[in-house]
Amino acid sequence: MIEEFARSFYIALKDLREYYMKPGSISWGILFPFVFALAFMAKRGGLTEWLAPGMIALALFFGSTSMSAMSIVFERRMGSFERLLLFPVTYVCIALGKSLSSFLLGVISVVPVFLLSLAVLRVPPAHPLLLVVAAVLAAFASSTFGVLLSFLVKEPEQVMVVFNLVRFPMMFLSDIIIPVSSMPHYLIPVVLVQPLTYLTETVRYAYTGTYDILPPTLSFTISLILGIAFLLLASDTIRRSKP
Amino acid sequence: MTECGGCAVSVEGLTKIYDGTLAVDHISFCVRRGEIFGFLGPNGAGKTTTVRMLVGLTRITSGSARICGYDVVRDYKRARALFGVVPDVSNLYFELTCYQNLLFSAKMYGVPGSIARRRVEDVLKFFGLWEIRNRKFKALSKGLKRRLAIAAALVHDPKVLFLDEPTSGLDVMSRRMLWSKLRELNKSGVTIFLTTHNVYEAFHISSRIAVINKGRITAIGSPGELSRKFSVQEVIEAGFHPRNPSEEEILGNVKGVLEVRVRGDHLEIIASDPTVALEDLARYARLRGLSISMLRLRGADAEELFLKIIGEAE
Ligand SMILES: Nc1ncnc2c1ncn2[C@@H]1O[C@H](COP(=O)(O)OP(=O)(O)O)[C@@H](O)[C@H]1O
Ligand SMILES: [Mg+2]
Repeated sequence: MIEEFARSFYIALKDLREYYMKPGSISWGILFPFVFALAFMAKRGGLTEWLAPGMIALALFFGSTSMSAMSIVFERRMGSFERLLLFPVTYVCIALGKSLSSFLLGVISVVPVFLLSLAVLRVPPAHPLLLVVAAVLAAFASSTFGVLLSFLVKEPEQVMVVFNLVRFPMMFLSDIIIPVSSMPHYLIPVVLVQPLTYLTETVRYAYTGTYDILPPTLSFTISLILGIAFLLLASDTIRRSKP
Repeated sequence: MTECGGCAVSVEGLTKIYDGTLAVDHISFCVRRGEIFGFLGPNGAGKTTTVRMLVGLTRITSGSARICGYDVVRDYKRARALFGVVPDVSNLYFELTCYQNLLFSAKMYGVPGSIARRRVEDVLKFFGLWEIRNRKFKALSKGLKRRLAIAAALVHDPKVLFLDEPTSGLDVMSRRMLWSKLRELNKSGVTIFLTTHNVYEAFHISSRIAVINKGRITAIGSPGELSRKFSVQEVIEAGFHPRNPSEEEILGNVKGVLEVRVRGDHLEIIASDPTVALEDLARYARLRGLSISMLRLRGADAEELFLKIIGEAE
């Protein structure tokens, strides 16, 4: 178990070493969430107490779905992904390894956005420890979701296009920018079936002590279940990727 | 282990069907410990598919395989720790150096830190790659890439090494160097399973050969046994001055000739008994006032042998 986790970690370190400089990781994983948050700050409404946790969740989501996408699609194209399938490890170990590098990038990309929020709001998070847990859960579920999504993309050049075609609608159809209660009611079912809503709810509660639709026990539990479910689905996708 | 009775690799009714196409058709064989086992067949015969099933990269449609007694599906973790794989394309990580690539493999096989570093150094030195250990994989030539791929398959000290067409696309020097390295490895106790479409290579390096064609094994045995089985015919090469007789002239007048082919400035003659045909050929040339400008007797070349081995299967 610990042995397997160590090997997932080696995969992540290898990916970080290979892909940290790739444009997709930095532009969409780190710069975009920060610039997006800055843009809100410059607008009339500013980076409100509603938007700040949303931007943190956004940074975690984009940061944690960029690197694995690059590494998996590129390696599948070049044939080197199969090297991982030759090692005496489980599919879960491989899926976890591939999500872990993204997870780490997500944790890095949330720092500037978090500092920006602190500076603008001038109030500390309501539950700092819980915010760490929320960030870990959000980065975990996002990164495993990213691994799963990577298997739908064939060509390395299309990675960011496909990912953004999925990520942008997810962002707008969640409670990152506007509360669910003020959305047109026909959109609400869509908002409720997509994972980003729940990840945002955990961050929002930990940061502000309030929530939009779900009490924290539920949003944290659902986020954890989502993360584990995506990990298992990703493992199975890797297994089924064999001819 | 006892079950396979000394088989490093044992295969039972192994079959692969890719949505509708039968690529490997119920093959069974045993690779004995310490052998260099050549898996010989033309393109599309099913060599790669077989290796991929054995090492777990392609799902098995039916049948089973064991490596050192461990089922490659049910006991995959234990089996994988005992074999190394060199795929048909050298697929190491582009942005990592030679050293980093090998250390990563060692760690993924669970080789502990200090042993891993020593082992990586040994393997790099064995393949003459130590000096370029800090060069990135993407910057290597094809031959060096292949060598590094083999080195990467050896970092965990496997008992069995699978190589899929390891010398295809390499120049003569790299090919010879690889052969000698494989022999050296074999002497140190590694069982080698190698696929090739090159008969010369198979006969040159293997202690036993299995011939595969269209997904079926059509012959299996040592190079000597296979040569006898396919009774390699000798070919007479002859050139005449001032002109070569036509094919019909030879066929009609020289004893025991089965087939005549024009080859550039000379003829190739296949006869049921070459000694008789040679004597009669000299007689016929004198009769026609022709002098013999060249005369040679040679065994069938690798290509002819190959066609024969494959052809006999059909
Ligand atoms: N992934 C695949 N999907 C469908 N057919 C395949 C696939 N891989 C190989 N084949 C087919 O299986 C047969 C055997 O191929 P292969 O094992 O690659 O032969 P070899 O390595 O001996 O050249 C060929 O007819 C090939 O077209
Ligand atoms: Mg092949």
